[in-house]
Amino acid sequence: MTTTYLAQYLFAGLLPLALFGYLAGRRKIRAQQDPSARYKASENLFGWYAVTRMLLPAAVVSAGATILDLFDLIDVPWPMVAATALLLGAGAMWIGIKAIDPGLRVRTALEKTIVRVLLLASLISILTTIGIVLSIVFEAVHFFRIVNFWDFLTGTTWNPDGAIVGEGGTQHLFGSVPLFAGTFMITAIAMCVAIPVGLFSAICMSEYASLRVRRIAKPALEILAGIPTVVYGFFAAITVSPFIVRLAESVGLQADYTNALSPGLVMGIMIIPLVSSLSDDVISSVPQSLREGSLALGAYPSETIKRVVLPAALPGIVSACLLAISRAVGETMIVVMAAGLQPNLTWNPLAGMTTVNVRIVDALTGDQAFDSPETLAAFGLGLVLLVLTLCLNIVSLTVIRKFRQKYE
Amino acid sequence: MSIHIDPRSLRKRKNREARFKALSYMAISVAGIFLVIFFADIVRQGYTAFQQTEIAVEVSYTQEVYDNPRSAIDAKIAPLVSRGVTRILPMHLRENPQLMGKTEKLWVLANAEVDQHVKGKANRLKPREVTLVDEMRAAGEIRKAFNTGFFTNGDSKLPEMAGILSAAVGTLYLLAITFAFSFPAGVMAAIYLEEFAPDNRLMHIVEVNINNLAAIPSILFGLLGLAIFINFMGFPRSSALVGGLTLALMTLPVIIIATRAAIRAIPDSIREGALALGATHWQVVWDHVLPLSLPGILTGTIIGLARAIGETAPLLIIGMVAYIQDMPRGVTSAATVLPAQIYVWSSESLRAFTERTSAGIIVLLAVLLSMNAVAILLRNKYERKW
Repeated sequence: MTTTYLAQYLFAGLLPLALFGYLAGRRKIRAQQDPSARYKASENLFGWYAVTRMLLPAAVVSAGATILDLFDLIDVPWPMVAATALLLGAGAMWIGIKAIDPGLRVRTALEKTIVRVLLLASLISILTTIGIVLSIVFEAVHFFRIVNFWDFLTGTTWNPDGAIVGEGGTQHLFGSVPLFAGTFMITAIAMCVAIPVGLFSAICMSEYASLRVRRIAKPALEILAGIPTVVYGFFAAITVSPFIVRLAESVGLQADYTNALSPGLVMGIMIIPLVSSLSDDVISSVPQSLREGSLALGAYPSETIKRVVLPAALPGIVSACLLAISRAVGETMIVVMAAGLQPNLTWNPLAGMTTVNVRIVDALTGDQAFDSPETLAAFGLGLVLLVLTLCLNIVSLTVIRKFRQKYE
Repeated sequence: MSIHIDPRSLRKRKNREARFKALSYMAISVAGIFLVIFFADIVRQGYTAFQQTEIAVEVSYTQEVYDNPRSAIDAKIAPLVSRGVTRILPMHLRENPQLMGKTEKLWVLANAEVDQHVKGKANRLKPREVTLVDEMRAAGEIRKAFNTGFFTNGDSKLPEMAGILSAAVGTLYLLAITFAFSFPAGVMAAIYLEEFAPDNRLMHIVEVNINNLAAIPSILFGLLGLAIFINFMGFPRSSALVGGLTLALMTLPVIIIATRAAIRAIPDSIREGALALGATHWQVVWDHVLPLSLPGILTGTIIGLARAIGETAPLLIIGMVAYIQDMPRGVTSAATVLPAQIYVWSSESLRAFTERTSAGIIVLLAVLLSMNAVAILLRNKYERKW
């Protein structure tokens, strides 16, 4: 389907037809309604009624043709599809206009159509999810036809372009363990920053801080959340990395410029607002009576927080942390700009490492053919990333919701 | 009966309390200090890009200019002048033939190395050139002027010529498409879920799904855009259309969640009042609920769009990091956006691009912060306690 045909179909076909239907519907009811009657249904509603009768058949025909066209099942010329849609629509509209009389419950009829359209809109999110899952699984299957799934999950060498020469010439190895090791290393560093700072910020804001401090601190944290990740990535690569290299040198250590520490630290800072706002919600929903009971027994606020508030809020806080981990695992720009490209299986955070997301971006911005295993590997990695984050999200979102219900 | 309290243990507890409190304030300070360092660092690196070095040169227009534009400028100064400027000279002469044979005094852009030297940064000028530049500077033949080119040029391989205009226009295109698709769909979905949805399994799945979608990594949306819009539907790669649709799917859950919260905040008494007067459910929504919740909906939408503007990873996947010199001519032509431009500049090897990157970041942050400020102002102005 070309855009020109679509535009012609919409503006030269559908819109005039709709306008005609609107006017015809109004005209029909005006002719039939007793002008002196006390209660008159609005003429405009009957106009809209005529229009809506036409939309369904037209939409079904055009959507059906589009889908068939996309799957290459049939090859109908577009003018014909448009003509069929318009003809069917006009027919349905004619039936609709015939049905118009003052006894027609036009508001109810219109309302049904509207609610159906709204339902369709809310199904878009499901369609998007299905789209994500299908598009990734579909390409990943291609990849796993070439590369053994088990080798992919457990292999310790990532060498997609055959740079390492093995026994029988160059070897293309797709062992994803070093990539996941890098991802988890950077995520772990990020969590070491984000969880304590975020949690203590939340405690401070909901338990200690005066209204004035809160009024400054909350927007400040929101600013932190609003900074684009590409900016964080630049900051990590240009400022933090050289700083860490110099710092490591001054204590006699060797650090790469693409070390895992700097993207990890910066990513941790990026995630602070997520942890703090979620924990803040959770901590605030612990009922005041629990705190007052503890304080009345003579406990200090810190003891109340440690012994009463935090244990009560624990499920919510844990799931907030899971959500934060999921965010860190999925974060791309910071690692693309500040972490390395070389897969490296090591415990040393000062060494260069690469992550799953870096390799996905690298595979898809390269100039290989789309169906080469190097490119398809991105979808294999994407599939694992999807499954991982989906599990984390589902667990944490369910727990957070259950937790809120418990105290509401 | 008396309770004995050991004063030592009390002091210990008191100290522990103080430590805990200090720790919690420290956590907030850490975030604050980072914010300060971050902004200071970006501004320090980027503010110099808003000024650009210019050189006063005598340009003599001769026939030779067509073959060798550099010959128009004094051979001694020519290496200091931007290659971009000399490339323009023959074109200028073709358009104004009366200039032939004349000499003109012009302020033209210096090349990036001279610019870096004048700004006191590391550069690759030869010692002979350094002394020449310093002499000319003392003589007032080199000046720093406001860098209008940064706002009126597209991308360029020459740092001194590179600007953000094409990226800004691309951002506008993308934003328009994202808004056009995600706002109506998001608001409609939210209305359905809050006002009309039956309490059944399907709706439960939809609800869980929306929350989940909001937490899916953005790079996976890039994979979706690549597989569905580009490979399957055949939309042009790198185009604003694909980028906008991809970001729209990403923004949709944010808008739905914000709109639902805004609709939920409207008290039931308003709905019941309208229903009691004989309005249908849709009339209640259209005439009462929507107008009353509009500020909240707009606030959420602005925040969602601000997030979409800053997003880079999915655009990387669908190829919106190409070298784009001109403004996009439509939604299907190749375009770039501000964050992608920043990413491209940050991976350039020339030192002079670092300040461009920071300047681009300053512009991007200014846009985002003002969008967020508008959202907060809207919220404060129209916030109502029922």
